[in-house]
Amino acid sequence: MSDPFGAIGGWLMGLLQSLGLEAGPARFILQFAAAGFLATILLLSTLFTIWAERKIIARMQDRLGPNRVGPFGMLQSVADLVKLVTKEVIIPAGADKLVYMIAPLLVVTSVVAIWAVVPLAPKLIGSDVNVSVLYIISVGSIGTLGIMLAGMSSNNKYALLGAFRTVAQMLSYAVPMILSLLVPTLLAGSMGTVAIVEQQRAVPFFLLAPLAAVIFFISSLTEVGRAPFDLAEAESELVAGFHIEYSGLSFGMFFVAEFLHAFTIGALTATLFLGGWQGPGVEQFPLLGLPYFLLKTLAVYFLLIWARATFPRVRIDQLNSLNWKFLTPLALAVLVVSAVTDKLASELGWNRILANLAGEGVIVVGALMGLWAYARSLRRRQESLRAQVTPSRATGAS
Amino acid sequence: MIPLSWYLILAAALFCVGLYGVLARRNVVAILMGIELMLNAVNLNLVAFWRYVSPRLIAGQVFAIIVFAVAASEAAVGLALIISIYRRHATVAAEDINMLKW
Amino acid sequence: MTILQLVFLATAAVTLVAALMVVVSPRMVHAALWLILALAGVAVLFVLLEAGFLGIVQVAVYIDAIAILIIVTVMLTQRAMGEGGRQVNRSWLWAALAAIVLFGGLLLMLSQAPGSATVATPLAADAEATVEDLGRALVDVDRYVLPFEVASVLLLAALIGAIVVARPSTEARREGRQP
Repeated sequence: MSDPFGAIGGWLMGLLQSLGLEAGPARFILQFAAAGFLATILLLSTLFTIWAERKIIARMQDRLGPNRVGPFGMLQSVADLVKLVTKEVIIPAGADKLVYMIAPLLVVTSVVAIWAVVPLAPKLIGSDVNVSVLYIISVGSIGTLGIMLAGMSSNNKYALLGAFRTVAQMLSYAVPMILSLLVPTLLAGSMGTVAIVEQQRAVPFFLLAPLAAVIFFISSLTEVGRAPFDLAEAESELVAGFHIEYSGLSFGMFFVAEFLHAFTIGALTATLFLGGWQGPGVEQFPLLGLPYFLLKTLAVYFLLIWARATFPRVRIDQLNSLNWKFLTPLALAVLVVSAVTDKLASELGWNRILANLAGEGVIVVGALMGLWAYARSLRRRQESLRAQVTPSRATGAS
Repeated sequence: MIPLSWYLILAAALFCVGLYGVLARRNVVAILMGIELMLNAVNLNLVAFWRYVSPRLIAGQVFAIIVFAVAASEAAVGLALIISIYRRHATVAAEDINMLKW
Repeated sequence: MTILQLVFLATAAVTLVAALMVVVSPRMVHAALWLILALAGVAVLFVLLEAGFLGIVQVAVYIDAIAILIIVTVMLTQRAMGEGGRQVNRSWLWAALAAIVLFGGLLLMLSQAPGSATVATPLAADAEATVEDLGRALVDVDRYVLPFEVASVLLLAALIGAIVVARPSTEARREGRQP
């Protein structure tokens, strides 16, 4: 049972060929069907993840969450889906019809396409591209394009503003995301996700580069546009951002794309930093890889939900300064230090974990000192401002 | 299979279409789009020659990557200039941007 | 007609049609979208040429960065040229003539060049041009480290230049800080 998925694939190929197809078209049909199967399962899995998110956030906020429709409210997502499907799709007058309809498709496609390079179990992956990290970056950014098109084509200035803000947010946070994505590439010596997962057999990269994992997590949170960085679709501020004018199933597509993207972030973090399908006993029973992978993905997804329920929303200027003044220099430092310490550890024969953690520790100490100095300078400026204001107020009152 | 000439003809056609865009359009952003088409045609040419003539030498791909970097930087600066000009003079028609003419 | 030839012809047709629509579309937003389609077509052609890394870099650099920049610029400058404005300048006929003559000349030259009909020899199984090879070539002192570093300096200059050029003028900045 060393390759159960290969055995299933071989059996299906035999089935198709016995129906009279040659090898080439049979293979193509099989790949097409497998891709469709994966995409369908992913889109259906959002029903579960949305329910889980609503229940968990509700419990964190000391309330119950959906509990009417079905046992424990599990069919609530189905009810929402039915509601969205039956709502009318209203295209605003003056909207660019073709672009308006294409935009949600682009967003959903970009998220589902990321799963082509996520290794679900040993030898179970959509396509083993040896540059999959770069593929993840480029395909993920097509969603940004879709959001821009959605805001542009809606003939609505709030949608346009929301789209601008979202695209600015996504483009700026792509920088630390890419920089932190380079760290597991470095540690594994390859850009392919299969190679990255296999290199984590001894120790997951989270132990070798925890800062990179944290930076990737934070910047991916922002890429998705989830709280606390959801100012693009802040329901209380900008109406609904770039998807104001969307209703019915096209809004449903944006909705599904956002939650699926959050789940994808969990999957990517699990693959790149937590070891993907690695776990005890996975060499003998490759099928065990799938539950390990799901467990790790759901653990990171729980972290995402926790972050959403806990933190207040950030402002756009706080968002920008967090990125350019903190995350990007930190990511650069992590990249350089990881490269140096990993090479030194392999050349000089030090313990790999300790060397990398020592490097990260140096960065953390440096970052904390920098933050402390910055906070001190801010405090001094505030005190000097207060000293300027108080004497004038005293003279005015007297 | 696919002879090299097909790729070269396609690259030449793309280049000429881009050239028409650069020479004939009034909007400066459209001119920039024509330039991007020309750069893509050049890249296509480079990679086609790399693949067909000397696939063992990596120089073709290196050249193409440098062209990517040049195209990106030129697009960034060009668009920044366009936005700056629009802010001052409220026009993006190439023939109206003649402030330096005597 | 092999499958590969069909795929090439389809992609080439899509790319050319998209490029033509880019230079002909009166509305800039549509032109930008056609440009994205043309760039995607070129990415597919890169993959056909077995330069998969370059295909993905094409998507990442052109479509995800340059195309979005162009769309943002189009949105910001949309009011300048209304729908009724002419999209081509006075010498468009000469431009079309120049493009056609150039294409004809290139076609003539290509048909006479000796090696144009070469068919692709299958790449060696060990795939000489892996991503690792590309990476090493870019930092190898004997090979391409100089163009690499020059490109880095160019990108840095473009970064600084774009920021400086697109800043609001000093008066607006001063007003912004102390309203």
